Amino acid sequence: MIEFKTLLFYLFSAVLVLAALRVITARNPVHAVLFLVLAFFNAAGLWMLLQAEFLAITLVMVYVGAVMVLFLFVVMMLDINVERLRQGFWSYLPLGALIALLMVGEMSLVLGSGYFGAEAFPGSQVTADASNTKELARVMFTDYFFPFELASIILLVAVIVAVMLTLRKRPGNKAMHSSEQIAVQRNDRIRMVKMAVEVDAPAAKGE
Amino acid sequence: MDELLAPVKALLGPAFPLVWTMVKIVGILAPLMLCVAYLTFWERKVIGWMQVRIGPNRVGPWGLLQPIADGIKLFLKEIVFPTKADKPLFVIAPIMALAPALAVWAVVPFSDGWVLANIDAGVLFVLAIGSVGVYGVIIAGWASNSKYPFLGAMRAAAQMVSYEVSMGLALITVLMVSNSLNLTAIVNGQAEGRFADMGLSVFSWNWLPLLPMFVVYLISGVAETNRAPFDVVEGESEIVAGHMVEYSGMAFALFFLAEYANMILVAAMTSLFFLGGWLSPVGFIPDGFHWFALKMSAILFFFLWIRATFPRYRYDQVMRLGWKVFVPLTLVWILVVGVWMMSPLTIWN
Repeated sequence: MIEFKTLLFYLFSAVLVLAALRVITARNPVHAVLFLVLAFFNAAGLWMLLQAEFLAITLVMVYVGAVMVLFLFVVMMLDINVERLRQGFWSYLPLGALIALLMVGEMSLVLGSGYFGAEAFPGSQVTADASNTKELARVMFTDYFFPFELASIILLVAVIVAVMLTLRKRPGNKAMHSSEQIAVQRNDRIRMVKMAVEVDAPAAKGE
Repeated sequence: MDELLAPVKALLGPAFPLVWTMVKIVGILAPLMLCVAYLTFWERKVIGWMQVRIGPNRVGPWGLLQPIADGIKLFLKEIVFPTKADKPLFVIAPIMALAPALAVWAVVPFSDGWVLANIDAGVLFVLAIGSVGVYGVIIAGWASNSKYPFLGAMRAAAQMVSYEVSMGLALITVLMVSNSLNLTAIVNGQAEGRFADMGLSVFSWNWLPLLPMFVVYLISGVAETNRAPFDVVEGESEIVAGHMVEYSGMAFALFFLAEYANMILVAAMTSLFFLGGWLSPVGFIPDGFHWFALKMSAILFFFLWIRATFPRYRYDQVMRLGWKVFVPLTLVWILVVGVWMMSPLTIWN
């Protein structure tokens, strides 16, 4: 009898592969994005089986909860003609296949060699009941402190650049400033004018 | 308890853990659904009183059977599908809205040890599953193939992603001071401190040293559940009812249930993170589930109160509050708490 975990692994993997296939075959781009979400979810399930609960939950939180929501936000508003996108599929296939083969080769080199095995890293020999998150944080903020900080600075630069690229200063922009609106005084809006009482002249009699 | 369960264990054999977990899940969800039903009733009553009305009082004594009657009515209504709707997604959307709102309850501790799954990364789980809930709204808006639902979906996507940021950043200070991601450990951490030793545990809860974060979390929670005054997603006067326009019958009811389940969840999370969960505020009264229920009820009343009090935010004001007020505030406060923890004045050690 197979173990329950093995069964779960095959279930997650099968759904993951099917969802990933549907991402590139779905005719509707919104369906494709939703299948990608499903794929992420199943990948998180696989990581959970590997007892990497921090990575699994972060994958759901960052990719499913934030990145894909914004992706969906954009894709929903686009009018994508899938038929036109599919033209020239066969002419691009050799190049695509070459890149795919290269990636598979690289991945097998990385996974097959001992460089990235569990034994190659310090602090990986932790017991199963240790807090995954705590161990990861300890390694990240001690041994890998500078790479971690460097990565975050690069991300910060990317954020600022993205904002700067889309920020347009247009003349005559009527953006509101809440602080000014709140600070407004009565005299800024109303001017009291004193004037003499106007009395309608009574109509002359006998006309 | 173990002795009572022994014959059941023998009867079920290896299937016992599965059955026992199912029993626990029903034990959490059935009262939760009852709370959701009566929260809708309580909301109508409270808002009625605040507006000098009586509120529902026709069905049953004091109108107490009103939510049951509403449920039966919605259950018996036909679900209408718009002609050009994406039918599978149209059906999945309400399920996607409700399921995460219920799944999060797996890690909520109701009292010391009363928790379905006491996982280490409980806070992360809450944030992750909570962030999935927005898909229900977005898919509903898109699948309806109609203008107002689509506008609602757009607003929902932007608003919920924005407020998740400030919510997460506010929680970072809680994690810093409690040194754990486990919800039970976070509550137990609030039972220690100078005031707790004096028998005044109420002042050692996180709300006092992290007061700005408490406020940010509570307000972000209101925005995250799309409740008034942040209910621009529904915005009756602008976009009718947002993503729910085309829904009827039980499909609509699921969105409704999801909203109220999320409200109760935010109330539970706020009381766990900042108000000491099941801890008693003073030393001479024992801790227990009743304190947790009391704190949740107070926060839920606050939600209803602000709905009756404040007018709806304009959409750009919602975004401004999230990004330009809350995010900078939380970032500064993380720094303040970090320096405070490392200084000799620290109250957490």
